Parts: sequence; structure tokens; C-alpha cells
Amino acid sequence: MAFEYAPAPESRSVVDIAPSYGLFIDGEFTDAADGKVFKTVSPATEEVLSEVARAGAEDVDRAVKAARGAFAKWSALPGAERAKYLFRIARIIQERSRELAVLETLDNGKPIRETRDADLPLVAAHFFYYAGWADKLDHAGYGANPRPLGVAGQVIPWNFPLLMLAWKIAPALATGNTVVLKPAETTPLSALFFADICRQAGLPRGVVNILPGYGDTGAALVEHEDVDKIAFTGSTAVGKAIARQIAGTGKKATLELGGKGANIVFDDAPVDQAVEGIVTGIFFNQGQVCCAGSRLLVQESVQDELLDSLKRRLSTLRVGDPLDKNTDLGAINSAEQLARIRTLADAGEAEGAERWSPECELPASGYWFAPTLFTNVTQAHTVARDEIFGPVLSVLTFRTPEEAVAKANNTQYGLSAGIWTEKGSRILAVANRLRAGVVWANTFNKFDPTSPFGGYKESGYGREGGRHGLEAYLDV
Amino acid sequence: MGGAPLADVTASDGSLRRFLHGLPGVDAVGLEARAASLGTRSIKTTAKAYAIDLAISMIDLTTLEGADTPGKVRSLAAKALHPDPTDRTVPTTAALCVYPDMVETAVASLAGSDVKVASVATAFPAGRTALAVKLADVRDAVAAGADEIDMVIDRGAFLAGHYLKVYEEIVAVKAECGAARLKVIFETGELSTYDNIRRASWLGMVAGADFIKTSTGKVAVNATPANTLLMLEAVRDFRAQTGVRVGVKPAGGIRTSKDAIKFLVLVNETVGEDWLDSHWFRFGASSLLNDLLMQRQKLSTGRYSGPDYVTVD
Repeated sequence: MAFEYAPAPESRSVVDIAPSYGLFIDGEFTDAADGKVFKTVSPATEEVLSEVARAGAEDVDRAVKAARGAFAKWSALPGAERAKYLFRIARIIQERSRELAVLETLDNGKPIRETRDADLPLVAAHFFYYAGWADKLDHAGYGANPRPLGVAGQVIPWNFPLLMLAWKIAPALATGNTVVLKPAETTPLSALFFADICRQAGLPRGVVNILPGYGDTGAALVEHEDVDKIAFTGSTAVGKAIARQIAGTGKKATLELGGKGANIVFDDAPVDQAVEGIVTGIFFNQGQVCCAGSRLLVQESVQDELLDSLKRRLSTLRVGDPLDKNTDLGAINSAEQLARIRTLADAGEAEGAERWSPECELPASGYWFAPTLFTNVTQAHTVARDEIFGPVLSVLTFRTPEEAVAKANNTQYGLSAGIWTEKGSRILAVANRLRAGVVWANTFNKFDPTSPFGGYKESGYGREGGRHGLEAYLDV
Repeated sequence: MGGAPLADVTASDGSLRRFLHGLPGVDAVGLEARAASLGTRSIKTTAKAYAIDLAISMIDLTTLEGADTPGKVRSLAAKALHPDPTDRTVPTTAALCVYPDMVETAVASLAGSDVKVASVATAFPAGRTALAVKLADVRDAVAAGADEIDMVIDRGAFLAGHYLKVYEEIVAVKAECGAARLKVIFETGELSTYDNIRRASWLGMVAGADFIKTSTGKVAVNATPANTLLMLEAVRDFRAQTGVRVGVKPAGGIRTSKDAIKFLVLVNETVGEDWLDSHWFRFGASSLLNDLLMQRQKLSTGRYSGPDYVTVD
């Protein structure tokens, strides 16, 4: 008899999802002015979770006015007072973390193991970290008494809904800005629960406003003349559109866009840990991670050995019900994203790359894509150049460190990279030459609020996290 | 079988060193993270029942005290045969593990059963004595009827880089074992680094170990999920290279069912089903058995009993 793990589902009863949600403006939940709504579904089952108000231009105007109205008082509070609210929010997030983890898993499709062990602890950590900065801004390196910008318009993606909210809202509030945030249309729920947390924390009305909606809502927010700062995380195409839209307006912007991270494995790498790092790099959150290590660059001399180990390891990945505590790989976030992944994977095959997936049974309903490897990939293949944003790894080889660096940098993006070698001097030498915002050494996809994060080239500009993350929200 | 290339490896101290130092390095942070991540697997209901019985069947029920008496050994033998006197569906443990002078008593007490008699030897636990004495210790235990010998390596020689000396000693002990299976204890807590543990694992396997074992249970750090994961990777890779399968035995510090199940998850997801058998995986433990029995009672009755519903040793 084999050791089969019995189902171990996390209970849904810890979260109470209302049949409908409004927009959160000036401390109140309200309907959209034009009464429009949209449905949000669980990508693992296609079950409708709730109906959510869809913000239009008029609602954006109301929300920006509320944020502007709250700005004078909020920014005039002593930093230590703002910090109290942020600490309170962080504590409430910790207390409600199980509920939020289940909610996020339901709305996003990612495994509960990740929301529980990665997303939620990082969300709380971000609020704790920036709470600590609120009364120390004089010492952040921007001179005495640096001023906030005003109203921040923030547009966040669906891959880490609550974590991206934390990355945006925590530094904005710590520095004294007020916020209008638009969550992604496929994952609005955790932001709406966050609105409730703001009320629970007694945050003054209008300091945080949440406007669920589609791209048009985001565009209206970016366009609004009384918004001082745009923070966007999402696709490069939308990022470019935003940059064009705000050109000449004086609005400050940070853009965190796509990536095609190179994970470079040298022949002296710690093999078993490198395999784990490759798996974490591309299959964490189903590969729907802007800094994913979606290109594996492996030294030709160890290619066969490494690929054997990697394939063996992929055969143990557990794909399925995201609420099961033993699931490693959950659902793709939306039908649209699944279609995009399929198109790109098919292009890889059509262009002659060799496709491999472990045997795995995918659920009948919902949006699913098996973990996939492409070997015999060259720099000229679509799967080596385009961001797939799914559980698809392209394997390329190199012969010398020079070739590894040249291939790693030969991309329109520049967000992340990884280096695997037991040789410390090689880590430093290679890292210095990689044009990527974050370079991990003998690890991958490690996040911490104290570390700045951001890209080169078409991966965007500006830094979030750490002391550097304050600059984006200060008039400096 | 790839015996030839590995024979070259042991031609000299230098070749053995080059081979062992040529093994892939171990990143400590990554290894521990992987072990911790597998530790979050949630093993419930039917899977838990399966794992508990499997764990019981893999225990080397152990008493290694200066105060051991024939009476104590007989009492433990009875427990190995019938871990829960109220429930005859409980499997026997894999073995009873004692000092060489208690082997005779153990063999007599377990006669006619499948429970093996394991004996520590080679001046366990320190191993700091002459080779002739160590070999006599092994001969003695084998002559008394031990089915399995648990030897300790010379950690001093290993840390000094005298790998060939360690190797030759294992080979010599193996030669004395006859039909008895040889478990080679590295005392991982004294080897200290994961790189050393990987090298020791290969050294032991090349020298003919039937089992590689973490610890004596007599030092501060014994079996951990990380060092056991590393040794499982070693037996997996050794089999891929030579075709020879070697068992793994974490020992010391595994006291709860929850811990034991985490180790079984490591086995399941690293080397798979082939090792999920008492012939290839063991727990060196004593107090673990009672916790497994209490958890087993809880699963079958729905209630927690308590320490008075399992036997003291």
C-alpha cells in the first residue's frame, strides 16, 4: 500500500463572504453611481463567490474627493500617531490571517499553503515595517520633515491581491498620503475585507478608499486631475499606457511591470537545493509572479543530471484543490489568463521546443494548467522572450559565465535573477553584471519588507519596499 | 552495477578525498527550508492510520543504558512483540536494539518472531578504542545471535580528513558481520556540517553499509528532518549510480507521532514507496512507541486515553 495523503481541506467556515459588496468611499460601503456590478468567481471551481459594485468615473471622482478631504488632517498627524493606526492594522491582519488566507485562496485560486505561509505573514510584516518608519521619516535620508505627495491612486494586480495592496498602502499611509486603490477585477474581495479592517482599526474616513472595477476604472483613476501619484503593478502594456497618459501632468509614478527572470545554475551548484529553487522560482503561485524565474539557464555540463532531478521532483508536485493543505499547485486565476498561457505554450511547441509535463490529473471544472517544462529552447523562441505568467519553465543552456550573463541580460525585462553556485566570488561577480532589480543567490522568490524591489528596462521604474520605498510617496 | 568506478575511489586517501569533496555541496538554508516545508504536510484520517502503523513497524525499540538488566530487556522484548496488549492488530516493531551483552537475552525473548535483534557495537557510543577491540565487540554480538549491527564511525578520523581510515574500519566491521545487516552511525551532531553528512553518507555506502544512521542518541543534536532528508537524498543518488539500495535510520529525539509522520513524509516525497518498509527505513527510538499507540487508540476510539493506557518500559 502506498502512502496516499487523505484530503485535508482548510475549512471555509472561517470566512463569511457576503452575497454583495459595495465600493468603499469615505469610510462607507456604497453602490456605484450607475449601479453597475460584476461577479467574482473562484477560479478553482468557477463558483460565483459574490457580486461586487463596479466603480465608474463618477465614483472615482467621489473617492478622490474623499481622499483629498482626508489628506490635510492625516498628513498633519504626528508620525507616531499614524504609526498607531498602521500597527493596529497589522495586528488585526495577524488576528484575522486564517480568514484572509482562506478568502484569498477562494478568490485567487492559489494554494492555502501559500496564502497561509507566504502571503499573509508578508502582508502583516509590511504594515509592521512601515508603521516603524512613520515617526522616523526625518532620518530616511531625504532631509528634515519630508512632505507627502497628497492623494495616491493605486492599481494592483490579481496575483498577490492583499500583498500588493500592502506594498502600496503601507508606505503611502506611513508617509502621510491618502489612498484610492483599485483591486483587480478577478480578485476584489480581500481589498474589500481590508476596507473592513480599516474601519475596525478606526482609521479616519477617506484615508483609504477601495474601488473595485475593470481597466476603465483604473484609467479614470490615473486620469483624475486631483491625483498626485500613481502606483501601478501589472502588465507592461498597461504600464506603458499609464506612462503616456500622465506624461506632462506632474504626477509621480512607480510602475512595477513584467519580467522574464533568469535562474542561472552553475555546474558547482548545490544540486538538490537548486532544484527546489527552480521549482519555487517558477511554480510558486502557479508561475503568476512578475519576478518568476521563468528562464532556467543551466550550465551545459550538468544539464542532463539537473533535468533528471527536476523532472523527478516535478512528478511529486500535488496539483488540485487550493484549499487542501497539501496542494502545491492551485488554479490559474482566470479563463483569460489560462488562454494566454495556452497560446504561448502552443507557440513554444510550434517553434520546436520540446514540451514535458509530469503525469497529473487536472480537475474538470475551473482553470488549470499542468506544470510544464520546455527544453531545447533558444534565445530566439517565443517562450524564452515573452512573459508567460504561468507554470511554464523554459530551459536554456550556457557554457561559460560570460555566456550566462549575456543570455540572462538579453531580454526586454529586468526584474529578477537567480544564481546557483557554491562559489561566493562567482555570485558577486555575476550579480554585479546582471541587469535585474533583484538577484537572489542560492535561493529564489524570497521577499522581505526591508528589501527594495523593482525593475530595470520594461520591468518598470521606482522601488517598493525598504527605505527606498518611502521615496515614491515623498515630495523629494 | 557500477562497482568499478567506486573501487577506484577508495584506492588511496587522496582519491577518496577528491571523490567525497567532489560531491555536490549542500546549501544549509535551502535544505532546512525544504525539510520544514515538507513538515507542513497535513496527514489526516486514513493516511494517519496508515502512517502510524507503518511507523510502529519501523521502530528499533531501544534500550542503551548502563543500568540495563536482563529483566528490562525481556520486558522491552514483550513490548516489541505486542506493543499494545489490548489490541492484537498492532504490528510488531522492527527490532529490539540493545548492547552486545544483552543480545542473548533479547534473542531468547524474541525467538520464533520476526522481530530482529539489533546490537550496537564498536565501543558505542564514542567508538574511541582500538580496532581489534571494536571487531571483537562485533564478533561477540554476532555470535550471540544479533541480526543487525549498529556501528559508530571514527568521527575523530573523519574530521581530521583520514577518510580512508574510516572507510577501512567500516569494511573490517562489515567483514565481521556475516549475515547480519550493518547500520553505520555517523553521529551527525558531531560531524556538524551538512557537507560532512553527505560525504559521510557516501563513504559509508561505498564501504558497504546496509543502513546509514544519523546518531547514537547520546549527543545534543540527533536526528533532524534536515539531516535525514539529506541522507535520503544520498541513498537515492547512490542507488541511481550503483543500483544498490541502502536503508536509512534516523535515531534520537523523535518522540511524537507528529514528528514520526513528518519523517515518513520526507521518505515518501524524496525516495518514495520503495523505502516505505521496515527493511529500508527505521526509527531509533523508545518513547516514540507509546505516543504512536496513544494516537492509534485515539483514531480507533475517538478518545484520547492517557499514559496509564499504554505500558511503561
